[in-house]
Amino acid sequence: MELHPIISSKGMNSSSTQFVTPSRFGIYEPIHQLGTWGENFKSNGNPNTSTPMIMEVDIKLDAQVQTSEDTSHRTFPPPTKYEQEASKPLKLLQIQRRLVQNCEVARKSRLWKKAYVQQLESSRLKLVQLEQELERVRQQGSYIGGGVDGFQKGFCGPVNPGIAAFEMEYGHWVEEQTRQICELRSALQAHISDLELRMLVEGGLSYYFELFRMKSTAAKADVFYIMSGMWRTAAERFFFWIGGFRPSELLKVLGPHLDTLTESQNMEVNNLRQSCQQAEDALTQGMEKLQSTLAETVAAGQLVEGGYIPRIPTAMEKLEALVSFVNQADHLRQETLQQMSRILTTRQAARGLLALGEYFQRLRASSSIWATRPREPA
Amino acid sequence: MDKITRLVSEKGVVIFSKSSCCLCYAVIILFQELGVNPVVCEIDQDPEGREMEKALTRLGCNAPVPAVFIAGKLVGSTNEVMSLHLSGSLIPLLKPYQ
Repeated sequence: MELHPIISSKGMNSSSTQFVTPSRFGIYEPIHQLGTWGENFKSNGNPNTSTPMIMEVDIKLDAQVQTSEDTSHRTFPPPTKYEQEASKPLKLLQIQRRLVQNCEVARKSRLWKKAYVQQLESSRLKLVQLEQELERVRQQGSYIGGGVDGFQKGFCGPVNPGIAAFEMEYGHWVEEQTRQICELRSALQAHISDLELRMLVEGGLSYYFELFRMKSTAAKADVFYIMSGMWRTAAERFFFWIGGFRPSELLKVLGPHLDTLTESQNMEVNNLRQSCQQAEDALTQGMEKLQSTLAETVAAGQLVEGGYIPRIPTAMEKLEALVSFVNQADHLRQETLQQMSRILTTRQAARGLLALGEYFQRLRASSSIWATRPREPA
Repeated sequence: MDKITRLVSEKGVVIFSKSSCCLCYAVIILFQELGVNPVVCEIDQDPEGREMEKALTRLGCNAPVPAVFIAGKLVGSTNEVMSLHLSGSLIPLLKPYQ
C-alpha cells in the first residue's frame, strides 16, 4: 500500500467532496477534494520526488487549514510550542493516522476517477452507435429516393412503407431474440426439465422462422433492400449470402458445441453438412445466372425517362425471380435449422441455439467494436 | 396431360423448366451434382407449352416450374426438392438413375 502525503489542496469546488471525520484527539483533519486529488496524481508522476519531509507537510497542512475555501465546521489554532513538545509521540500517531486516511482518500479518488472514465467510455460508444445509425438511415434514404440522381443527404423521396414497417419489426425481433437468448442461457444453467427446455427450443426455432416470413413480405416490397442487407450491421453484411446467413456457416458455428454427439448423430450431421453445401452451391450458381441475365436485360433495355427501373416485362420477371431466390435461401436456412433440431437431443439443440444466438450477437457487436477502436490521428 | 404423362413414364428423372428460369437452372445443377442426368423439358420452347403449364399447375405445382418427376411420380418444386435433399431422402430416390 502506497502512502501519499498531502501535497496541496487547491481549494477547487467539487460536488463529490468527501469529509474526513475529525480525530478523537480533536485535531482538525483537512477536507480533501477528490477532483483535486485526481489532478495531483496525474501530474505528479513519481511519488518519491514529490514527497516532502513529513514535518514539512505538517506545517503546510496546518497553514492550509487557515486558508482553505472548503466549508469547515471548526478551525483549530495551530498547536502551541508547549503542545508540540509535550505531544511528540501523539504527533507521531497523528501523522500515522493522517497518512492512513490520505491513503484511503486517494484510493477512493482513484475509484471515482475509474468510474467516471468508464462512464465516459460508454457514452462515447453510444454516441458512435447513434452516428452509425444516423449514417445508415441517411444512406437508406438516399438509396430509396436517390437512384440515378446520386446520393442525397438525409431523407429524400418517398420511403417505402413496406420497408419502413419491416425495419421497425426487425428492431423488435432483435430485442426479443436477445431476451430469448438470455432466457435460454439461464434455463441451461438452471437444469430445467427436458419438456420445458423443448418448449424453449421450439420457441427459438419458430422465432427464426418468423423472421423468414417477415423477410418474404419485405422482399415483395423491395427485393434489392433485402438482398443488400441494409437492415443488418456491416459485419453481418460481410458474410451475406442471398439475403441472410449461409446455411453451411450455421453448421460451422454449431460444430464445436456438438462434442457430445453419438456415432449415428455424427453421421447424420455430416450428411446434412454435405447436402446443405450442395444445395447452397446449386442456388449460388442459379443466382449467378440470374445476375448475368438481369444485367443483360438492363443493358439491352431502355430506361424510361425519369424512371429508374426499366419497364420491360422480362426485367420484372427477373426481379420476381430474385424474390423467389430470397425465399429459397430462407427455406434452406429453415430446413437446416429443422434438420439439426431433429438430429440433436433437446439439450444439445438448446445449447446449439444458444451458441447460434450468441454468434450473431457477437457479429453485430463486431461492427461497433471496429468503429470505436482507438485510432492514430491522421 | 398426355405429353407430360408419356414423358414422365418413359424417363426416370424429368424436370419441367423454362429457359429463362434460373431457379430451374439451380435444381438442374443440383441433380447433376448428385450424379444424375435429368431429362429437361423447357415448356417455353415447346409448342404445347401453355397447356403443359396449365396441366402442371393442376397437378399441384404452384410455380409451375421447376416441376420434378422421379419414377413417374411428381416430387414437387424447388421447396420439396430442397427439403428432401436436406433430410437425406432425395439420394435414395435417385439411386437407380445415378
